[in-house]
Amino acid sequence: MLNWLLDPLGYEFMRHAIAVGIVVGILCPIIGSYLIVQRMALLGDVIAHAVLPGLAIANFLGIEILLGAFVSGIFSTFLIAWIRSQTRVKVDAAMALTFSVFFALGITLLTLLNSRLDLKEILFGDILSVTAVDVWRTAFIAVLLLILVKLFFKELLFYTFDRFGAEAVGLPVNTLYFGLMAAITLTIIVGMKTVGVVLVISLLIGPAITAFLLVKELHLMMLLGSLLGVISSTSGMYLSYYLNLPSGAAIALVVFTLFFLALLFSPYQGLLTRPGGSRRPSCRTRN
Amino acid sequence: MLEVRHLSVNYRGVEALNDISLSLRAGELVGLIGPNGAGKSTLIKALLGLVPVDSGQVLLQGMPLRRQRQRIAYVPQRSQIDWDYPITAWSVVMLSRTTHHGWFRRPDAKSRQIVSAALERVEMLPLRHRQIGELSGGQQQRIFLAKAIAQQADVFLLDEPFAGVDKKTEGIILQLFQELRSQGKTLLVCSHEWGQSLRHYDRLLLLNRRLVAHGEPDTVMTMENIQRAYGVSVQPVLNRPVESFFSC
Repeated sequence: MLNWLLDPLGYEFMRHAIAVGIVVGILCPIIGSYLIVQRMALLGDVIAHAVLPGLAIANFLGIEILLGAFVSGIFSTFLIAWIRSQTRVKVDAAMALTFSVFFALGITLLTLLNSRLDLKEILFGDILSVTAVDVWRTAFIAVLLLILVKLFFKELLFYTFDRFGAEAVGLPVNTLYFGLMAAITLTIIVGMKTVGVVLVISLLIGPAITAFLLVKELHLMMLLGSLLGVISSTSGMYLSYYLNLPSGAAIALVVFTLFFLALLFSPYQGLLTRPGGSRRPSCRTRN
Repeated sequence: MLEVRHLSVNYRGVEALNDISLSLRAGELVGLIGPNGAGKSTLIKALLGLVPVDSGQVLLQGMPLRRQRQRIAYVPQRSQIDWDYPITAWSVVMLSRTTHHGWFRRPDAKSRQIVSAALERVEMLPLRHRQIGELSGGQQQRIFLAKAIAQQADVFLLDEPFAGVDKKTEGIILQLFQELRSQGKTLLVCSHEWGQSLRHYDRLLLLNRRLVAHGEPDTVMTMENIQRAYGVSVQPVLNRPVESFFSC
């Protein structure tokens, strides 16, 4: 058993991949919790695809591609906020439109600029390519974001729970919104490396909604989500090593398995364990 | 004390409020009534600075309200809140202390005591560890009242606090209004309650885009005023419940 666990660690690329997996596994559910409670889980998907034009342009200009990705991702959130504020278009429609436009623009730019960026690697991640520098950079961004979440926790709780109430007492809601968008964009960019653009959403949303089924408070959702995120990313890596699966896909499948177990066995909301059989529990309905 | 001067609001090109001027005194319980779409919620949101105002001023003791927002407590309509949010009753009430603590600070002992007393006041202390979705409609409303109390504000703006609440909660709310009034607080309550319940208010504001009438309940609820606000002909409403006429 011990050998089974230690064997993959003999390879440097696996050590790096697992280290990044742990960091991303902690970070993603914490930031993802904010997306879930604001009913904006799709926004993760939008940003994940919206980084593509930035990657293409930065690669063409020879500047840091993560910077390009960040600017491009943030810009998509501005566009959504602008469409929302100026029209009657609902947020889901604004997100769907923005997401497809940015992705289309990204693919077009990659072709036009004759980019050597590997679209498959961006979309699905490539753990083999994770370097020691990547590990440190990911860890640095994660620590920075976790400190910010800790510092602004009560303001962000107020803002995400009751936006109007927060604005009414004078909290700077626009600053909090774009701070949150920047945090989400950064998280997606660091997560991309391990699981790719398409599957980073699974680590952002999956462990956090699993925790949502099990606990009653946001900070507990984040803590439990992180634990589940780490379990998902490391066990996904081992599955990928032993069964020769793509790492991102393996992680996403573990994430869903944990969610499904919580769905069946959650003490409050589990399909098999909640009081009153298979109905949604009455305590959650309004009267 | 709270003074509104020539307030006008347009929302996406539609006139929502036109030239509203009014003043609310300390220790006064004022009811805000009017038909659906009259701009009751918009007026409350404009007072709070939550919707862009085209012209006009809102002053609290002669100073713009924008600079002293902590002094005004807001109880939103229940439909505005996501009751599935992972937060307990205690934490909701503690949110009211956010700006008192300032950035980077955790709740202190004084705040915990204030939150505890506020929950006790609305008889919700034993249920403080419940997730808010596990509470009944009346209990949820009481949590938001406790939140308003714990903010220790001078002005209270309440949007439909009686909507869908039980008798017990209604009693607690009315009693609380009297207490706050005797403490010199100002209360503006948006309501669609009719009949006898309007007598609880010191004054009524009858709104339909513009201020149709204001003053004591008996002088406001005349046939003529109601016709002007609602555009229908009804009997004087203070003596009988006419909820069937007005579904606000």
